[in-house]
Amino acid sequence: MKVLVAVKRVIDFNVKPRVKMDGSGVDLANVKMSMNPFDEIAVEEAIRLKEKGVATEIVAVSIGPAKAQETLRTALAMGADRAILVQTDEEVEPLAVAKILARIANEEQPQLFILGKQAIDDDNNATGQMLAALLGWPQGTFASKVEVGDGKTTVTREVDGGLETEALDLPAVVTTDLRLNEPRYASLPNIMKAKSKPLATRTPEELGVDTARRLETLKVAEPPKRQAGEKVGSVDELVSKLKALGVA
Amino acid sequence: MAVLLLVEHDGAAVRDATLPAVTAAAKLGEVHALVAGSNVGSVGSEAAKIAGVAKVLVADAAHLDHDLAENVAPVAARLMEGYDAFVAPATTFGKNIAPRVAALIDVMQVGDIISVEDANTFTRPIYAGNAIATVRSNDAKKVITVRGTAFEKASREGGSASVESIDAGADAGNARFVGIEASKSDRPELTSAKVIVSGGRAFGSSDQFHSLLDPLADKLGAAVGASRAAVDAGYAPNDYQVGQTGKIVAPEVYVAIGISGAIQHLAGMKDSKTIVAINKDEEAPIFQVADIGLVGDLFKIVPELTEKL
Repeated sequence: MKVLVAVKRVIDFNVKPRVKMDGSGVDLANVKMSMNPFDEIAVEEAIRLKEKGVATEIVAVSIGPAKAQETLRTALAMGADRAILVQTDEEVEPLAVAKILARIANEEQPQLFILGKQAIDDDNNATGQMLAALLGWPQGTFASKVEVGDGKTTVTREVDGGLETEALDLPAVVTTDLRLNEPRYASLPNIMKAKSKPLATRTPEELGVDTARRLETLKVAEPPKRQAGEKVGSVDELVSKLKALGVA
Repeated sequence: MAVLLLVEHDGAAVRDATLPAVTAAAKLGEVHALVAGSNVGSVGSEAAKIAGVAKVLVADAAHLDHDLAENVAPVAARLMEGYDAFVAPATTFGKNIAPRVAALIDVMQVGDIISVEDANTFTRPIYAGNAIATVRSNDAKKVITVRGTAFEKASREGGSASVESIDAGADAGNARFVGIEASKSDRPELTSAKVIVSGGRAFGSSDQFHSLLDPLADKLGAAVGASRAAVDAGYAPNDYQVGQTGKIVAPEVYVAIGISGAIQHLAGMKDSKTIVAINKDEEAPIFQVADIGLVGDLFKIVPELTEKL
């Protein structure tokens, strides 16, 4: 079966984001960009399904500027078979991303569409659920375990109350949580090989998706800063501080 | 403005997570609460008592058990013909269902809001809370999830809403609940606890994590939390995780022990009223946000602290 994975190019996980002085957004000029960590987990899961003989082909899809090709090459180097870039310089919201991915799904007819549960830039946690709604497919969100067999996928989900398991008919959408797997690093030979794997470029217009923003960002500000407090020298001092707070 | 609020419940009672969402919803207009589930009559009666709820709609059917998004979202989406806004708590429950509702009615969700500026304008944290965006929704209808720590809880008493049964829709038939492995604990829930003691990878093992932290939590009447590193290492279950992708907490007192303070962890707890940090590394970033810090070996400090409290 075919598996589609969505990958987003975002600020690197280890970079501390800085708000622009004019309040228009977060400064991404000359900042290291990488694949969204949850999407790396999505790519890894697809590769593991292929290694188990469950998946036959993995197609990585990204929506973004020309530079998102680098992110797709990373997915290809990890083990995806081919890639599709839906190229746009506009910032695309989850709803429009979901619409684009739904069009791609209609063309590609995968049995499983795996996405990261959220991107670490806008922290929306919405695209996978929206995609599932648009396709009328079931959704296994926040997955920490995925098994596929008999036309179904059994997904263990990290929910507030513990670990919940659902059985979903295929085709289905799965969104990944942190503990689903540990993504591999691409080896140098695989990075070289990835350069010759097919990468198609499309546009939102050609797919018939209007990407006009529904949400307007009026301002981006720094959160209120906490000041470092004082250090105490002993457990006794800490106990008296806690008592003063009324918790002990 | 008419607001449809999705009630989070456990099948028998309204969950606390619903209450701050009611407060946020009430800032937008008249609140009607949707209770979807199986045999949820008692939840409907409970929801009717929440201050600020004007009406309760109960969708009761076997296929609505266990909050399956595939079955709950269409019920809400259909109701949205008569509402201007849909509001849900930004918990794993709300985050699973609300975007599905949003896509069904072609609305871009405003997720995880921390304030209502006006009927169209909200603030929400982005980049793990390293920035706060003020966003205006240009959709005619709004779909919103609410960060619980940012709004007061509505009172569970004082309301006297009418309760109405509504059409529960059909079973989508493509998703089935198999089971839940719930972490059992007599301690307070993380997201509503007044005091939290939280442990990191420095505990070294699951045994040490629990044998040191549990007695301290018991002394303080606290909930137990963990950093991602501690959960990844298997010292604590997933639902203990505090941070950008785990639970967002804001207790009166948060005691971080053996947690260095990665930005993803700080994102989940930096709105706590008082932060106490215990760490052997005096340069640990956690001390930059801590009100009270103690530098030292947790294996000595924690037992001594537990004994002296």
